[in-house]
Parts: sequence; structure tokens; C-alpha cells
Amino acid sequence: MNGAKKILGVFSLLLVTCVATSAMSPYFLTAYNLENLLRRTSLFGVISIGAAFVIIVGGIDLSIGSVVALVGCLLPWMLVEHGVSIWLAVPGVLGLGLVLGLCHGLLVQRLRLQPFIVTLCGLLIYRGLARGITGDQTVGFQNEFKGIRSLVKTRFPLPGFEDFAIPSTLVILAVVSTLAIIFLRFTVWGRHLLATGRNESAARHGGIRTDRYVVLAYVICAGLAGFGGMLFILDVGSAQPADFGNFYELFAIAAAVLGGCSLRGGEGSVIGVIIGAALMQVLQNAITLIDWIPDNIQYAVIGAVIIVGCDIRRGVSTYRLSSAAQIALTLSPARNSLEHARMESSACDTRFSPSFSVFPSASSPAARVVVR
Amino acid sequence: MLQARNIVKRFPGVVALDGVDLDVAAGEILAVVGENGAGKSTLMKILAGDLRPDEGELLLDGAPLRLRSPRDAMLAGVSLIHQELSLADNLDVGANILLGREPRSGPFLRRAAARVMARSALESAGLDIDPDTPVADLGMGSRQLVEIAKALSMNARVLIMDEPTSSLTAMEADRLFETIERLRDQGTAVIYISHRLAEIERLADRVEVLRDGSHVGSLVGAGITRDAIVERMVGRGLDRTQGLRSGIDIEAGSRAPMLEVRGLRTARFPDFPIDLVVQQGEIVAMAGLVGAGRTELLRAIFGIDRPVAGLIRVDGKDVATRHPANAAAAGIAFVPEDRKADGLLLEESTGENMTLPSLAVHASGGVFRRRHQERDAAVGLIHRMDVRPDAPDLVAGGLSGGNQQKVAVGRWVGCEPRVFLLDEPTRGVDVAAKAEIHVLLDRLAREGAAVLAASSEMEELLVVSDRVIVMHDGSIAGELSRHEASEAAIMRLATGGGREGAVSR
Repeated sequence: MNGAKKILGVFSLLLVTCVATSAMSPYFLTAYNLENLLRRTSLFGVISIGAAFVIIVGGIDLSIGSVVALVGCLLPWMLVEHGVSIWLAVPGVLGLGLVLGLCHGLLVQRLRLQPFIVTLCGLLIYRGLARGITGDQTVGFQNEFKGIRSLVKTRFPLPGFEDFAIPSTLVILAVVSTLAIIFLRFTVWGRHLLATGRNESAARHGGIRTDRYVVLAYVICAGLAGFGGMLFILDVGSAQPADFGNFYELFAIAAAVLGGCSLRGGEGSVIGVIIGAALMQVLQNAITLIDWIPDNIQYAVIGAVIIVGCDIRRGVSTYRLSSAAQIALTLSPARNSLEHARMESSACDTRFSPSFSVFPSASSPAARVVVR
Repeated sequence: MLQARNIVKRFPGVVALDGVDLDVAAGEILAVVGENGAGKSTLMKILAGDLRPDEGELLLDGAPLRLRSPRDAMLAGVSLIHQELSLADNLDVGANILLGREPRSGPFLRRAAARVMARSALESAGLDIDPDTPVADLGMGSRQLVEIAKALSMNARVLIMDEPTSSLTAMEADRLFETIERLRDQGTAVIYISHRLAEIERLADRVEVLRDGSHVGSLVGAGITRDAIVERMVGRGLDRTQGLRSGIDIEAGSRAPMLEVRGLRTARFPDFPIDLVVQQGEIVAMAGLVGAGRTELLRAIFGIDRPVAGLIRVDGKDVATRHPANAAAAGIAFVPEDRKADGLLLEESTGENMTLPSLAVHASGGVFRRRHQERDAAVGLIHRMDVRPDAPDLVAGGLSGGNQQKVAVGRWVGCEPRVFLLDEPTRGVDVAAKAEIHVLLDRLAREGAAVLAASSEMEELLVVSDRVIVMHDGSIAGELSRHEASEAAIMRLATGGGREGAVSR
């Protein structure tokens, strides 16, 4: 299996990016930054694992970001504006994600619609619903609901490390990814799912209920997107329906592909996807921290790195890797004055406050919500 | 006319061709035979400019010929017609024939001229259809002739055909043979590759036999017989499978029926209810021309296509085969015709393929996999099926056709099914592997399974079965016991000719 090689490739790229960033910014390796990086990576890791399931069965889900938005807006909308009980609202929004996934799966499997079309319509519809239901107004928890928000806000201090603590989102990611790994690697169902993605016809001829596995993958994906949407809103505290979760489906798909999933289906590893998600986050962080990279070109940088990553993934070539590392390391050192100021102002916020984001750049939708 | 001298071609780890000479003259049909992996395809690709030889040279009319691409070969008059046809079926016949060489003025197509050119090409290929016909509407036989027309329109003087009849009906094949013979008589050199020895016996003026990348013998004229070809191909007299089932005498109704099909109507032929019974330990072969409904019947029994009506029983119990999963659970196994598309996960290992349908058997609680147990099972099946190489970690797509087929059968053996359905079990498989698969079918039956195998190969129908069911146009045209079955009797039923001296059912 060359799966391990692919993971090694993207992992090397992650390391190179980390080393390069820490060489160019003194803030990258601060406990504070790392902790927030871990928190964000965990949240994106959850939705990326969902995307990986759909990609593994040879499908695609473009609606992830809109599901994040719908769930993320509905939850505070129900809790704050309509006083719905938490015990009703949380299962409600999580169930909504699963139901949307079931719809995608059935449309793809029963009506033989193309996944791209189905989930593209999902992307439009759920965004429209989120904006319509909330009247396009910002929704938020307004410093209430600390109980449920502690789900993502709790920190588990490490003895011996002063400023660093394990964010609870990392624990959530660990649980989700462990379940996903057990399912994919250690159960018959996971093997059947992979076989379905590899060659649906051959799997069906082998007596496998390929139809059910395809639907299941969409349910898992939208279910995790819904779960992720809840975690995101609990993390940032308030959201603007028009741009909350924008582009998240593409980050999730990119993470899955970087992590070794083939868009043709049949391949993928959870560990790789998490590393892919981490790479996306480190990149965004790097662009923010490194002064001479203008923040507004971040998508261009991310796009370029994904291409490099997919190239490396095809098989680790030591030559290519070492040359990439050299290029990265010889880039001129950064001037960090502005960044320094920015970090300090962020650091004034309490750790529990919703108003911190690792990317204070204007182009990050989550950040924009938070800054106001 | 076309000569290849001392051709050597090496691939990483193998010498595909080891100093092969080949020549073909104008007005000659040269058959090139050999087991899979003997080097035929490599040699043909070299002749057609798809591959370049590591050593040796090509001569056309005595002058050295350097081919850098298939296009060079075509310009020189050498055309290769691939086994998988390369027609664009969204375009019409004329467009396909002239693809890339359309007569035009500026950017515009000269339609009238194109029609004339296409029509004359079709005529010379002996195909009487309109150039405007969409290729999608044509049968495989006509498509093959369109390919020939395309080659002829490029003034091909050497025509290389790779397994042209593999998906043709007997009638279509006959028409193809007539065309090939006519082209030969008009001076075209034809190089013909086929596993079907009967065709070679009929067509070839000369046979060149390859084995392991070397030229091992030639046969000319009356010397071309099946036995002689087979002997040279495998390098020993073939261990004739003739007697495979001869010790067994299964009368209809003498044993417990294992598979019963009652009034089954497939979506394709809803007007013809099918009844058939396969007994325990019996091998029933299903003959018929392509399109007679054999594949549809097998697919309906296995639950891939929903039947319109009908009842299926396995060992006396009704089976609701709405999905292959139901059929598999009831003890039915199906080895489809197209093993690459439907039978195997080509990118995955032999071992993974072997255990795919039986994973739950090896899993704890039917859910959590036990890798060691799976691996042991896979290794056991690989040895039982005699898959070579016997390495469970090799990618299935890298196996030869015959060994892939053994995996396609073997993956079911792990489920211990009671009914085996096979569609063209030896298609695209070399002679030696064919015999091995026949032995395998015999063994499955001896172990108590009921085997129902659709086949288009007469030898297989006659040698490996206890009984032959012949289908014609969607219904069962007749049934022949082993004593009654003969090539002539089967053909008569398959072509709708009824049954000699007996009442057709």
C-alpha cells in the first residue's frame, strides 16, 4: 500500500511549513498560537473527515459550508431568540445534519442524480435558508450558554507547560477520528465502503449493498458537517448568516485530498485527512503571522500549496522535498512589528472569550464576525 | 511486404520479445497465436508504432521503416484494430471513419465530399449502411467493420486485428471473415490474432506461434489444425479435458434440484418465461448467440437486474433476489462476464479481492475484522484456486487474465455457495488457463455445487458440461444431454433451427 507514503508526503509538507513559519515569525511557536492552531485544526478536522467519507465512495459534497452555516445559525437562533431548550435544540440541529445527508444520499443513489449537482444545490439552498430564517441578521450567544460552550472552550492544562493547554476540541477530534478509523479499518462495513468507492459494480456483484454504503457516506458527511457547524458556532460565539462557513467545503475537500483521498474513490486515510486539515490551518496562520505576505493573497498561497501537496503525495521524492524545504528556508526573515501588535491586542482577551480567532485577517469569515 | 527482424523488447523485469522475426506478404492472412503473455500484443504494438523495439528493425517493401507513433504507421499503411474498439459512439459512422482527416475548406467541413469518402470506405469493408448512422445504433460486428472501413480509408495495406471476434455473434463473425477474405484476395496483408482456434483454422494461410517472447513454430495451409496449434502454443500435447465429466452420469431428475428457476421473465424479454433446474453436483452449460438472453437470465437470478416475474429456489427454499446481497446470502455466486469492470477490484491486492464477499465470515461478531484470519483464508483460497503468482499482496490488476478469473471465482468459494453462476468463464483467457478453469468448475460440481455457466465456446460447452441448455431470442430453444450435444445440434438450436428428431421445448 502506498497510503503510508502519501501521508508521509503531506506530513513532510506540514513540517516544512511549520519550520519555515517558525523561522520567519517568533510568534508561531508561542503556546498561545499553538493552542489556537490545535483548536481550529480540530474543528476543521471534524468536517474534513466527513468530506473524506463521501470522497471515498467516489462522491463529493459541496454543501458542507452551508450546512455549517445553517446549523451554526439555527442553534443560537433557537436558543437565544426563541428560547428553545438546549436539550431540544442540540439534538434538533444535529439531526438536521443527518437528515440533509440522507436526502443527498437518496437523491444520488435512488434518483441517480450527480453528487456535484445535488450538493451544489444544497450549498445554495441551505445558505438561503440560513439567511432567510435569521432574517440575515447576526446571531450569537451573547455571553450566555457558557455550559454548552465549554464543550469547545474547556482547556486541559498540561503539567509543566505554563501557557499551553489541550483544547477540548482536540479531544472531540480524537474521538471522532478514532471512531472513523475503527469504522474504516477494523470493521467489515469500512472495507465494504472502500470497495464500493473503488469499484461499485464489482462490489455489488460481490453481494455488497453498495446503495446503502453510498447513502451512509453522505449521512456521515452532512452529519459531521452539522456537528462541526455546532462546534464552530460554540467556538466563535456569533455568526453572520451570509458568510459563516463560507468556503469550508473547499477547505474540507482540500484537506481530504491532501491527506490521500482520491477523487476517484476507494482511497483515503483518516490520519492523512487530519494532517491535511492541519496543513490548511498552519498555512492560514503563517500568512497571518508572516508580515511580508499580504493577508489578502491567502487563498492564492493555499491553492499553490495544495497543488504542490498533491504532487508530493504521488510518491515522496526526496529530491523534490529537500528542494522545497530549501526554498522555504531561504526566504527572507520576516519583519513582525505589525503582527506583534496584533497578537498583543488579541492576547488581551480572556482565553474564554469568543472574540479571539487565529486568523484576524479580513478574508476569514469567522474572523470578520468576531472582530466586530 | 511488412517484415520484422530480430525484434527485442524489454520491460522492467521481463523480456517481452526475445529476437522475433515476422513477415507478412500481400494477399496473405497470417495468424499470430500464443498464450496470454507470449508477446503477441507487444509485437503488434511495435508493428503499429505504439511501442518502439529495443533492438531489431522493421522493413516495409524491403526498405527500413522507422515508426515513432501510430500515426507514422498509418501513413505507411499499417493499421492496428484494437481489441477494445476505439470508435466514438456519440458520432456517426462517417465522422468516425474520417476522424481527424475530414475534407474541409478552411474551417468548414465539406459534407458532400465526406459522405462520398465514407461511403466508398464502407463499401470496400463490405458494410451496407448509411454514413449518417450513429455508431451507438450499431452492433459490435458492424462496429468492427466500421473500424476496418476506417483503416481502409487510410489506404491500409497491412491490417492488424487483435481478437476481433471476442464480442461478435457467430453470424457477425462470419460476415467479418468474408470481408477479411475478400480484402486478402484484393491484396491486403492481414495479421490476425485470436484465441479461437476454429477461426484460425478457417481463415489463416499461415500461422506463427509465439511462446514466452520467442517464435516457436509455423504452420502452413493444411498443416493448420487445432491440435497442431495448441501443441506448439503450450509446448506439449494439451492435456485434453475431453474426459472431464465423462465418469459422471447425471440424468435429468436423478438428483436433488439445487437451483430452480420458475417462470422467470427478464426485463429484456418479458414475453418469455424461463424455467430451468440445475441439480446438485451438475454442470449445466448455457449456449446461445450473443443477445440470446443468457447474461440477462444470469443477472436476474443473481438479483442484479430485477426480473419482471418469476420464482427462484435454492435447495428448495424460495429466494427473494432483489439485490445481489440476497442472492449471495442464499448461497448463490455469480462470476460476471466482464471481470475487470464487475468482478474484481483491480487496484487492490489479490488477498483483499479473495475475501471481499466473505469478510463477515471472518469477522468478530460479523463486524470487526480479524486480519490474520482473513489473510489465512485468502492464502488458502489462492492455493486452492492455484492462482499464480501465489502472493496475496500483489495487485489483482497485475495478474494474467486466467489468474484474474481464478480470483473472480475464488472470492466466492470462500462463501461456500451452493449455486455457481458463471458468464463466459474463460473469455480472454489463454489455453492453459482455460483448461485449469474447466478443472476448477468440475471440482466445484464434485464438491456438490450446482453450476450454471453461459459460454460461447463450443469446446467448453461440450467438454465441461453434463447438459447444455440452448437459448435463442430470449427463450430456451432446447436442452441437450451430453450424449445428444454436438456442435451442429447446438448451432441448430441457437440459430432458431429447432431440434432434429426431437420435440423442441
